[in-house]
Amino acid sequence: MLFSLKTSLLRLTAVAVIASGLSAGVQADTTLLNVSYDVTREFYKDYNAAFIKHWKQTTGETLTVNQSHGGSSKQAGSVVAGLAADVITMNQATDIDILADRGGLVPANWAKRLPHNSSPTASVSVILVRKGNPKGIKDWVDLAKPGVSVVVPNPKLSGNGRYTYLAAWGSVIKSGGTPAQARAVVEKLFANVPVFDGGGRAATTTFAQRNIGDALATFESEVPLIKAEFGGDYQVVYPKSTILAENPVSVVDKVVDKKGTRKQAEAYLNYLYSEEGQTIAAKHNLRPRSAQVLAKYKSAFISIPTFTVDEVFGGWRKAQNDHFKDGGIYDQITASGRRNK
Amino acid sequence: MIFSKTLLRRHTVLPGFDLALGLTLTYLCLIVLIPLSATFLRSTELTWDQFVEVVTSPRVMASYKLTFGASMLAALLNGVFGLLVAWVLVRYDFFGRRFVDALVDLPFALPTAVAGITLTGLYSANGWIGQFLEPLGIKVAFTPVGVFVAMTFIGLPFVVRTVQPVLEDMASELEEAAATLGASRWQSFTKVILPILMPALLTGFALAFARALGEYGSIIFIAGNMPMVSEITPLLIITKLEQYDYAGATSIAVVMLVMSFIMLLAINGLQAWTRKRQGK
Repeated sequence: MLFSLKTSLLRLTAVAVIASGLSAGVQADTTLLNVSYDVTREFYKDYNAAFIKHWKQTTGETLTVNQSHGGSSKQAGSVVAGLAADVITMNQATDIDILADRGGLVPANWAKRLPHNSSPTASVSVILVRKGNPKGIKDWVDLAKPGVSVVVPNPKLSGNGRYTYLAAWGSVIKSGGTPAQARAVVEKLFANVPVFDGGGRAATTTFAQRNIGDALATFESEVPLIKAEFGGDYQVVYPKSTILAENPVSVVDKVVDKKGTRKQAEAYLNYLYSEEGQTIAAKHNLRPRSAQVLAKYKSAFISIPTFTVDEVFGGWRKAQNDHFKDGGIYDQITASGRRNK
Repeated sequence: MIFSKTLLRRHTVLPGFDLALGLTLTYLCLIVLIPLSATFLRSTELTWDQFVEVVTSPRVMASYKLTFGASMLAALLNGVFGLLVAWVLVRYDFFGRRFVDALVDLPFALPTAVAGITLTGLYSANGWIGQFLEPLGIKVAFTPVGVFVAMTFIGLPFVVRTVQPVLEDMASELEEAAATLGASRWQSFTKVILPILMPALLTGFALAFARALGEYGSIIFIAGNMPMVSEITPLLIITKLEQYDYAGATSIAVVMLVMSFIMLLAINGLQAWTRKRQGK
């Protein structure tokens, strides 16, 4: 017993020595940390492999890219609190603005540094209905009709929910409506929400598995996953116009300057705009920004009139402040919508 | 030092009281007091008026009612059925007793999100249980009742596990003696057994109550989270955090902490009182 313990200890030491030798070899290489939101796990897994290969070919340097995923504002909060992220990749500009506001981790103009508002990919908010579309839902305004029930994740908790709200509001404005009319539509729409789930995926479960609601509002990028997971009993409705949900990215300046990884981090983000990066995005159902790649995948990404948060709402900061902060328009309409019911 | 000496000279069998007390205080400081005071400090970033406005807004008030009310009801229900479960496990020997005994701890071990999803699946209109309740007009999932169900689920082990050891120590001769002295079953239960179990039962109740107050993971799936109707206080704390409003979030947390502390203190006081009444 004692003998075997001794040999196993010896073996362990040997393994430890070898391992430390190996890790010393690895440590010489550069490591990047990409802090991202929840549903980009698979996309970045593929993209990282492609970028590491590309970087090795062009510079000879071996890179390691680590990923961290979670709820977007929790992730951004961790970076503010000191998580050493080289790059941050989010689905809403507010979650990068906070890095500029708290501790100046990125400059205030971070969104101007890369093309398309620093958003290499995007998606659009669409409506998923049950097969045959029994309620005849064609546009956001139809979700506000009496007798229709629509599942939307809680806009206070979920970017997906916020984009749905802004899509419905903006579509009214885009068709010539006034803000008062937009507010009325959104108010009725949210009075039709039977369950406010914490996030997009939970809302999907409520709609698809619990069989609740006539419609689900979600990102186009989620639809193929829903169909794969829950079968084809659903169809997508592309509304007359919808919001372009841009997925902004940024280098975290304070971190890369300290670690000396600015070159690699910038290249990592720039490569997202390359043909290969855009193609991987398209394969993961994210709308590419490159016209060529988009043309190649045009059957998957149906052309639809879109508007951005900047265009209709004067940017995310203003949208957040007007609509989603405590006591903002969202709180006002949900409180009054419930009372009238 | 002086205070420890006066304390320890009286009745200690084991040496090392100073060291033990020092370690205890340090440990409590590190694990409990420092994080708690950080929470309190964070909330002081707001002025008093702002603080009051945040913690008394109608939506937050509605959430206190639901959270504290449902936690209380869930802990009460667990008090009754937890006692029953503990009684059955201790006093009867039956096939599969060990299995049932192990089952009691599962709500401890199950990740809360899994519990939430499972309960929602069971109680939603097309779920195993929900499909029978729906025709009766009883809705559980996505209503305050769902919150209560989730809180009951996670709270059960606390009552069982606090009552069980006391019950095991209690000699059944006590009941026999009561019976020979002419007590009815009800009398021996209320006059003999219950008073002995009361302190443990209260502890279990307090634990189950406190656990239900802080629960987020499972409730969030089953509550439906309707503003003013089925939003629990921890959800409102999370919504504040989502807006990077850390001061607002900690303000609500502080109110919750203070209220829970008062209630737990009251329960502890009640416990001490029942002990005293028993002349211990």
